[in-house]
Amino acid sequence: MHPVIKRLAMTIPLLLVISSCAFVLIRLAPGGPFDRERAPASPEIERALRARYHLDEPLWSQYLRYVGLLWERDAEGRWRWAAGGLLKGDFGPSLKYRNHTVNDLIAQALPVSLTLGGIAFGLAMGLGIPWGVWTATRRHRWSGFWGGFVALGLICVPALVLGPLLILVFALKLRWLPVALWESPGHAVLPTVALGLFFAGRVARLMHEGMRETLQAEFMVTARAKGLSEARILIRHALPLAIRPVLSYGGPLLADLLTGSFVVENLFQIPGIGVFMVNSTLSRDYPMVLGLVLLYAVILIVLNLLVDLLYRWLDPRLRHG
Amino acid sequence: MADPTPSRLAKRPAPRLARAAVPLSPGRRAWRRFRRSRAGFSAALLLCLSVLWLGAWPFFSHESIAPYLPRGLTWSPLTLTDAQFAGPDREHWFGTDVHGRDLLSRVMHGARISLVVGLVGAAVSVIIGVCWGAVAGYVGGRWDSWMMRVVDALYAVPAIVLIIVLVATLQTPLKAWLVARWGTDLGPTANLLLLFVGLGAVSWLTMARIVRGQVLSLRERGFVAASRVLGASHARILLRHILPNVWGVVIVYVTLTIPSVILYESFLSYLGLGVEPPYASLGYLIADGVVHINAIRTHWWLIVFPGGALVGTLLALNLSGDGLRNAWEPREEED
Repeated sequence: MHPVIKRLAMTIPLLLVISSCAFVLIRLAPGGPFDRERAPASPEIERALRARYHLDEPLWSQYLRYVGLLWERDAEGRWRWAAGGLLKGDFGPSLKYRNHTVNDLIAQALPVSLTLGGIAFGLAMGLGIPWGVWTATRRHRWSGFWGGFVALGLICVPALVLGPLLILVFALKLRWLPVALWESPGHAVLPTVALGLFFAGRVARLMHEGMRETLQAEFMVTARAKGLSEARILIRHALPLAIRPVLSYGGPLLADLLTGSFVVENLFQIPGIGVFMVNSTLSRDYPMVLGLVLLYAVILIVLNLLVDLLYRWLDPRLRHG
Repeated sequence: MADPTPSRLAKRPAPRLARAAVPLSPGRRAWRRFRRSRAGFSAALLLCLSVLWLGAWPFFSHESIAPYLPRGLTWSPLTLTDAQFAGPDREHWFGTDVHGRDLLSRVMHGARISLVVGLVGAAVSVIIGVCWGAVAGYVGGRWDSWMMRVVDALYAVPAIVLIIVLVATLQTPLKAWLVARWGTDLGPTANLLLLFVGLGAVSWLTMARIVRGQVLSLRERGFVAASRVLGASHARILLRHILPNVWGVVIVYVTLTIPSVILYESFLSYLGLGVEPPYASLGYLIADGVVHINAIRTHWWLIVFPGGALVGTLLALNLSGDGLRNAWEPREEED
């Protein structure tokens, strides 16, 4: 069987395993979703709430209900499948924001995080890859040294530091850009820079590392002996192999960025998914956590598959045998 | 490329070869090269000095020493004063925070905690990650596939969810165990232990992947086949021929792991799951400064100084990591 089909076939069981692991994991954590009600809920109210959201059932039946495979007796005593469920694409109601379903909340917040994460990823790659190649080709010169130093400097300035500084300087002092919120393209500049620059440094370093190793390989000597131009050697011969560390880093990075960053979203008051991910875990909003975990898992699995395919396609040794 | 090609050997001057007959151990040679790398070695020295300085810091506020030191050095991070949000001056070199606590001393204490958490967390992650990745990559086949599926599954759970659940779940049993064992729950120290476990447990995955990828491509190389033909055992091939070629990547990745562990810790502190409030890590201090950002008065020192300390720490760690990397790299033939 073709390895790609094999991987794809593995995806569904993997998702089921992840969903059940996450289901058990989040229930392991002490505390429950109704611990932080505004008024201290009386035992009856809490019991009613738990019954309303089926939290009083045994864990296995809750899980089956979540997946959508529960065969139960309804109010009139007839046997039927329980409504909703993961298999029908329904993540269930949120226990924290009770007027919303998890699907609604995700549908509202995901586009924002996708946009911000996508641009930041573009920034990281667009800056990092050329930067890494450039520093690797001039590693015995001062320009290469300082180029490397700048990349190193970038990975020392995380969003937690860069974000507030950017706000202080460009939004509060110079008043060039808005402080927060997510409205015009201008609002995207500071968050993107705060989020992307750090990863641009990482990409540049990985690229440098890969390129440096590749440039010492023997097939580079062959390529040079053939009298190819330096640009062609770099792009056609070295880059496909040298980019592999960046590739294997890029998959998870993109998944992380697309599903939002808590720090940046919190700093700039951006209504994205990263904030939900943390808050719902802290408040034990079980369906929300599971929905987000599954979303992240799907994105990550798809991206990893793509990275694998790219790996295969870029490496002639793997491609031909 | 641990096997020097004949042409490289031929290029070496004869005395070199003669000296190579009594070879230095790889560690010695690495140490030699490391001492010669200017940026890396000075960063490492600086790091050691600041660790000493940070270790000595709590004693500065002791009453037998304090009178001989500048006033700015002798604050304790817990002393409350009336000078709220005072800017940097002779009294408080880094200014004060919302409760009038001296920021310099808070930054010093924060740096201690951040460093310890970063180093121990990264060590835990390296141990797990290298073992897992090397075995998976070397054994290959079905085992490799299963081990990597486990990594995939863990990967696919967002680290922050994993860590919050881990810390929240383990907190109560750990404290109960500590009380049963030593009669005290150790307070903040127990929290630190939890952080080590939690941070180590979520940050080994990428390491395992990277090591596995390297091992996978290395084991197909000629020199591995050669040593297999010569009858070397699997353990010997893995430990002597493959892993030495992986250390460079491991060290590079550790330099990326320590900062990310430090960052994760600051993130957790921000959420109230990290270091307990009277004490604070660097990330906690920055988060504290972020809360007080407003358009009317900028308390810039609340962000610049803890942020600067964090950036400086990461820079020193990364520079010495780079130096170590260059020193360990057996590919470089320039010693």
